[in-house]
Parts: sequence; structure tokens; C-alpha cells
Amino acid sequence: MLSKKNKEVLFNPLSKDNPVLVQILGICSTLAVTANLEPSIVMGISVIAVLAFSNVIISLIRNTIPTSIRIIVQLVVVATLVIMVQQFLIAFDYDVSKQLSVFIGLIITNCILMGRLEAFALNNRPWPSFLDGIGNGLGYAAILVIVGFFRELLGSGTLFGYQVIPQFCYDHGYMNNGLMILPPMALITVACIIWVHRARNKELQENN
Amino acid sequence: MNKNSNSYQIIYAAVMVVLVGALLAFIYMALKPRQDENIANDKRQQILTAINITSSPQTLKDDFAKYVVAQYLVDDNGLIADSAQNVAFNVDMKSNVKQEKRSLPVYKCVLADNSVKYILPIYGAGLWGPIWGYVAVDADGSTVFGTSFSHESETPGLGARITEDGFRAQFVGKQLVKEGAFRSVEVVKRGQKSLTGADYVDAISGATITSRGVGTMMLDCLKFYEPFLKKLADSNQPLNGKED
Repeated sequence: MLSKKNKEVLFNPLSKDNPVLVQILGICSTLAVTANLEPSIVMGISVIAVLAFSNVIISLIRNTIPTSIRIIVQLVVVATLVIMVQQFLIAFDYDVSKQLSVFIGLIITNCILMGRLEAFALNNRPWPSFLDGIGNGLGYAAILVIVGFFRELLGSGTLFGYQVIPQFCYDHGYMNNGLMILPPMALITVACIIWVHRARNKELQENN
Repeated sequence: MNKNSNSYQIIYAAVMVVLVGALLAFIYMALKPRQDENIANDKRQQILTAINITSSPQTLKDDFAKYVVAQYLVDDNGLIADSAQNVAFNVDMKSNVKQEKRSLPVYKCVLADNSVKYILPIYGAGLWGPIWGYVAVDADGSTVFGTSFSHESETPGLGARITEDGFRAQFVGKQLVKEGAFRSVEVVKRGQKSLTGADYVDAISGATITSRGVGTMMLDCLKFYEPFLKKLADSNQPLNGKED
């Protein structure tokens, strides 16, 4: 089930081949949804699900897809899955669907999806494709959660909406950094994570 | 079979689109009743939120029937024009605000302490899409008792925070009418004051356009109710024999 190669497919995207940190994909949604921790987590889960299943579907029909319209086929598969998720959420969990509102639609435009479908699912069997989807989804979700954690903590002084920085600190002059809840700080936070990541993984450093 | 021939591609695309279309249409049809029910319940909850009542999905319908004792449409003179059952609930605010002659729905509520509140729906534009809400007014026709706001697609953590209690609570106790004239409640940047002398609340930092949208929405929608609010102020109850 988990051969050595499959293990690499599953775990490489977590660090050495992380879609956000190394391939610099999916940055736009990383900026948009990470002002709070909770939407970051839900967005991460949604992307894992859509990525895994679209990978499997494309992999199943990969031998029938005409090469010149393959992008259209991929888009149709992804969009169909996303709309299905959205409709089911409205019908069965309306509160969550309200919270997610725009994010669900944003999944369609996530570059990681197209990237994985093109680079992996078109050339591999369904099981490895499924693992690849899970792995890349997790790699993306992990970065989202880290960024969301720091932005909510420093920007609002809360986590999951609960106050974690004690009133004591505010009394002594501590202030929330309002800049952290604005999108540019997500970019800078991601850059800091990339910095730490490259410093720890020498083989990723470019020689200039 | 040649996968790159024109006919194969056209047939492939056509079959795919038909299959996907049929699948999505089927899912939509199958889920529609549940979705409509959820949306109606969500609207009921939003209305109850304006009078600070939180209900569970199971008791929502009963609570709504219990607290909202009457619904009507008022006319330009502030008189009750129509008080059929569910007449206010059935008004679709989205199309209503575009009409030249708007319907003016009012929900009359009686709380546990027997005080009477009037809930007025409002609808406007945020940054990315529509925002809407409900304003509960005391029987004096001016004091805001509570508000609830909702949005379709505002940015989470920024504009979407108009739904949070901290923002909503600022409106409590503000006066819609000042010195006999309707002024609405303005939303201004923190630290600033209203230039027109109206009551004001703080905007959400980082969400200027959504905050401004809330202020504009309150002014634009509630100004039509001015005659109604005036009548309330004069008599502490809405006028005309149709009610009760």
C-alpha cells in the first residue's frame, strides 16, 4: 500500500517539495484567508479533499483525455467537485457554508490544483495520485495554519476567536499589531517561513 | 482511436459537459428543498438576533412565532398598508431596494418583559457583495434596541466582522432621530466624529468600505421609515385599526 515511492509522494510535499514554500504556488489564497486561524484550517481541509478527489478522477480518465483540451477537462472536474461541496454544505451544514462563502469558490482558482493535475495525475495511477493530492493538500494546509496562527495572535490577540493575550499586557502598553490582519503581512509571514525553511534545508538554497 | 482528431475532441467535450451538467442539475434539484428551508431559518435567526435572541435550529420556528407577533408593510405616511400573514417575511429585500416604490416591511415583536420592539430590514452593498441586516427599534421610534448584520462575501477577519457582537453592540442605545429629524446612525473611523451631528459608531479598521456600506445602508433604507418612526414617537404604537 505504502511503498517507498508512495511514501515519498505523500510526505515530500510536506517539506522538501512544499507547494507554497518551494514551488510558491497558491499564494493568493494564502493571503486571502489567513487573517484568522479557523478559516485557515477549514480552507486547508477543503483543499485537501478537492485536491485528492480531482487527482483521482483525472487519473482514472487520464488515458481518454485528448491532450489539446486537457486543461478544460481538468477545470471542469475541479469546478464540478467544488460546486458539489458547496451545494452539500448549504443543504446540510448551512453555518459552515456561510463561514466559508468565498473560500469554496476560491479553491477553483488555486494554482496548486492545476499544478498537481498537470504534473502528477495525468501520468500516474489513481492510488499514487490520491496520495499526492493528500500530501500536497497537507503541505498547503500546514503553511496556512502557521500563517493564520501568527496573524490572528499578533493582529487580534486571539486564537479561534478566544482572547489569549492577557488583559495585563494591554494594561502595560501592549498593542495588537493592526498591520498583521492586512494581506501584505501574510506575504511577509510566508517569506519569513521560507527563510527559516531554506536555512534548515541547504539543498534548497540557490547558488548565485 | 485517434485521441487528437477533431471529432473525438468535440464528442469528448460534449459528452463531458452533458454528464456534468446533468449531475449538477440533479444535485441542485435534490437538495433545493433543504437549502430553501435552511435559508429561511437563517433569515428567522437573523431577525431574532436583532432582539438578542439566539435560538437552536429545532426551536427556531416556534421562537420566531412566539416573539414576532405581527408583520406588516407600512406606506409612505407611516400607516399600516398590509398586515397579511408573513407579509414582511416574504419581501425579497434584494429586488425590493431596486424598486422605485419600495415595500416597507416591519416586524412587531413583544419580548419576555412585554416591551414592544419594531424590527426594520435593511439591505445595501459591502466591498465584494451585498450586505444586509435588521434594526430593532424601541417603541419610542428612535432608540436602537439591537442590530444584526449579514453579508454574502465580505473578507473574513475584516469586513466579515460586521456580524460580530462587538460591532453590533455599538449600535445599542443610539438615536435614529435627533431633534425631530431622522439622522440614522453613522459609521465613522475610530477617533473621528460625525460631521452632521448624528449618533455614530466606530468602523472596523481595515474594512473601510464595508463599514461605510453599513452606514450608507442604514441611512438609505431607514429614511423611508421616517414617517413610521414619527408616528411611533407620537403615539408609541403604530396606527390604524388593521392591527390586532
